[in-house]
Amino acid sequence: MSGTQTTYNDKVVRQFAVMTVIWGIVGMLVGVIIAAQLVWPELNLGPWLTYGRLRPLHTNAVIFAFGGCALFATSYWCVQRTSHARLWGGPLVPFTFWGWQIVILLAAISLPLGFTTGKEYAELEWPIDILITLVWVSYGLVFFGTIAKRTVSHIYVANWFFGSMIIAVALLHLVNSAAVPVSLTRSFSVYSGVQDAMIQWWYGHNAVGFFLTAGFLGMMYYFVPKQAGRPVYSYRLSVVHFWALIFTYMWAGPHHLHYTALPDWTQSVGMLFSLILLAPSWGGMINGIMTLSGAWHKLRDDPILKFLITSLSFYGMSTFEGPMMSIKTVNALSHYTDWTVGHVHSGALGWVAMVSIGSMYYLLPRLFGKTEMYSTALVTVHFWIATIGTVLYIASMWIAGVMQGLMWRAVNADGTLAYSFVESVKGSYPFWAIRWLGGVLFLSGMLIMAYNMFKTMAGGNTKDAPVIAPAAHHA
Amino acid sequence: MAMDINDLRSLLTVAGLICFLAIVWWAYVSKSSKKGFEEAANLPFAEGDDDGAASRTSHPR
Repeated sequence: MSGTQTTYNDKVVRQFAVMTVIWGIVGMLVGVIIAAQLVWPELNLGPWLTYGRLRPLHTNAVIFAFGGCALFATSYWCVQRTSHARLWGGPLVPFTFWGWQIVILLAAISLPLGFTTGKEYAELEWPIDILITLVWVSYGLVFFGTIAKRTVSHIYVANWFFGSMIIAVALLHLVNSAAVPVSLTRSFSVYSGVQDAMIQWWYGHNAVGFFLTAGFLGMMYYFVPKQAGRPVYSYRLSVVHFWALIFTYMWAGPHHLHYTALPDWTQSVGMLFSLILLAPSWGGMINGIMTLSGAWHKLRDDPILKFLITSLSFYGMSTFEGPMMSIKTVNALSHYTDWTVGHVHSGALGWVAMVSIGSMYYLLPRLFGKTEMYSTALVTVHFWIATIGTVLYIASMWIAGVMQGLMWRAVNADGTLAYSFVESVKGSYPFWAIRWLGGVLFLSGMLIMAYNMFKTMAGGNTKDAPVIAPAAHHA
Repeated sequence: MAMDINDLRSLLTVAGLICFLAIVWWAYVSKSSKKGFEEAANLPFAEGDDDGAASRTSHPR
């Protein structure tokens, strides 16, 4: 080892990790508010705090602020540790942190004010889109720059997942956000009609496939082996299911447009590729869960592993449910109902949030020079509250969704509709109340996490860890 | 018979499938990937941190 010791850049990981918890609370709080607005419409305080303006704020905050910060934190930690190199890029590294926070603040201001492109999960107006592009390109440079200067020969599989996420999201964002600006706060998409719809859902579903799946699988491939203390169950399965996901995900978007003006063959291709996706998705889930094989006892008293493994169970559930819902005849019942909302949250709360929370509980003590969280008991409490909240949420949405689908398609003997739309709204109230309760529970868990985090941070040591030469450990 | 853009699209799809099958063959059949995979799988444990990197064996599956 040389005299001048290089260190890992843990500062940026620390910043993103703390903001993951903070933005998680903000995004989920907005979610709880809009869930309450559905039950108690008086809560629509307008125009800024109405459902229509807060809903995109909720989705942007939980996906890009909470999920995004979690991805930055974990990918920066993982790529340094598995490349045995400090982050490349100098000032680009803090720019990714501060740039991303400014994007989030601009979203939090512009969406309640009513500035929106109207594209789901891509609502932000063009000046913010440009800032996103700059941050994202910097992220790519930092990540791949670090890979390029690695001191080991292999690129660990988690980094393949993170890297594919960065490249795919850049492509999706650039293509879908192409717009003609007419003022600083208003622009029109360069696409129109069914092409616009197809590009939007090519973007939308691949945001799920790459931002919310590939990135978080990267997290899984690093933190599950680390927390379980054993290498991943099958490395070659990880390679094969990685490439299977890459080859198939891009084609699944049309299942969002069944029975629309989109050509029938395109809908069928979308459905077919969605069905194929079950295989690589379950490949990943099985690989993660089986990593614990022979060490199942660790699940009993390690709440961090509980979070990670439960997240994989929800991942398996929602990637079974998704292909099923993409079948046209099933979609005829489920589309536009709360079943879709339940499916999304089975993935969002059960998979994405839980794997992020587990990874943050792994990172936080290490980032502040501690051996464990301030209170492991509170991590366990968080786990159970989050799990019960998720189950309440998705079960109520299943019931509400199937009920809505059945009511909307019911016809009388003379061919007229058996129910008016308002009757299905009225029938949904009890389930919306249960969903709100599930959301409140999940949010409470995040508040417990924040308390635990600040207690862990108190008096912590924030010295960066030295870069370890890999050769020393390859006997 | 003139080639049109759709022939090119079909060819690309077939090439994609062949490429994927080659990856599956490389990962599961070819001997050359085994040692590399084992080394790569142990990368998270080459940090010498508190997680006890010692005596970790992986058996390729």
